[in-house]
Amino acid sequence: MYQFNVYRIGPEIKLGSVDISFTNASLFMVISSLAILIIFNLGAKKKTLIPDKLQLLSELSYSFVAKMISDTAGSKAKPYFSFIFSLFMFVLFCNMFGMIPYAFTVTSHIIVTFVLAAFIFIGVTIIGFIKHGLGYLKLFVPSGVPMVLLPLIVVIEIISYLSRPISLSVRLFANMMAGHTMMKVFGGFVISLGVIGGWLPLSFSVALTGLEILVAFLQAYVFAILTCIYLNDALNLHH
Amino acid sequence: MLKKIVILLLIACFACLNTVFAAEGGGMPQLNPEFWISQIFWLIITFGVLFIVLTKVILPKIGNNLETRKSQILENIETADKQKEESQKKIEEYKKIILESKLKAKKYFNDSREKIIDDINKKRAVLEKDLDEEIGEVEKELSELKNKSGEKINKIAAETSAELIKELIGEEVNSSSIAAIVEDQSKINKERKDV
Repeated sequence: MYQFNVYRIGPEIKLGSVDISFTNASLFMVISSLAILIIFNLGAKKKTLIPDKLQLLSELSYSFVAKMISDTAGSKAKPYFSFIFSLFMFVLFCNMFGMIPYAFTVTSHIIVTFVLAAFIFIGVTIIGFIKHGLGYLKLFVPSGVPMVLLPLIVVIEIISYLSRPISLSVRLFANMMAGHTMMKVFGGFVISLGVIGGWLPLSFSVALTGLEILVAFLQAYVFAILTCIYLNDALNLHH
Repeated sequence: MLKKIVILLLIACFACLNTVFAAEGGGMPQLNPEFWISQIFWLIITFGVLFIVLTKVILPKIGNNLETRKSQILENIETADKQKEESQKKIEEYKKIILESKLKAKKYFNDSREKIIDDINKKRAVLEKDLDEEIGEVEKELSELKNKSGEKINKIAAETSAELIKELIGEEVNSSSIAAIVEDQSKINKERKDV
């Protein structure tokens, strides 16, 4: 589990009594953000009718996220496009940078994913109350439910609503951590079984790398699309 | 063989896991709160910067690019449609013109044919008339000649007979009497011929 260790890079920085030192996690956050900014800035720079590779990449990502939002949350969610785009790209790039050997996976830390999920949860709740006032509480009272079941259903709905940030954050964190741990374990097999028996776990390891890249993309997508769904609940209250 | 491999793998697995977790000593590093605040702080900073720059600078540019491309493509399609329509109109016009000119050519052809036929007929009529006239004249002449020939023969006969008589008798005979005799004779001849 050495790959998940966080350690300080450079001097210890203290804000009051709180330690906010620059760590390897911070480094990879900065690298991911910079990579996103550089790639998309280069892609946005040119204005040719027929796009080149980077332009195509950025424009395809743009329309991909735009389509995802309009499909799940409708046209009302347009003002939140840039947030969801940043979120998707940030999670995706952090996951992908984590796939590089010896790199640190930012999203394999529960605290990072939990802060993101909590921010989304609080933001969505605030948006819901601003848009619908106290009517947002109707979200917990589904229509067409018999009166007898209603108390139970309301309790379940409230619990499921409150567990959203936890499920959202744990899903991403657990996926990333499990994948990397599995690869680490198979990598360990290759070493311990040596030249004779190491080929099988090695081939597994190779296959797992492909799977992990898929998971890295998929989890970023799931994270973004669940955000869209939560946003949809807040914007279009139809339960 | 396969069983052996599986068993070996399992043993190795446990060994590995043991060493892996033995090396940790402190459980999952994710649950160690030592750097939580630092991670949150840097997450807010990096994600905040990323969000602000993307929102303010990059995404509007990409959106603009896409919009302009869309509008340009739409414009191009529109103009292409327009040009297509125009060309179709022109093709129809050309077809019309071609049809018209074909009809015209046919008309001209027919007209000229009729004209030529008329001309030919006229000329033929003129020629025939001329020929008829000439033939008529010739026939007239011939009939005249025929009519005159009897008299002439009579005259010649009278003259020759007068000369013959002169030679034979040595005396001039009254020409009118000879003529009368010749006339009588020719009449007799004629009657004989007719009979």
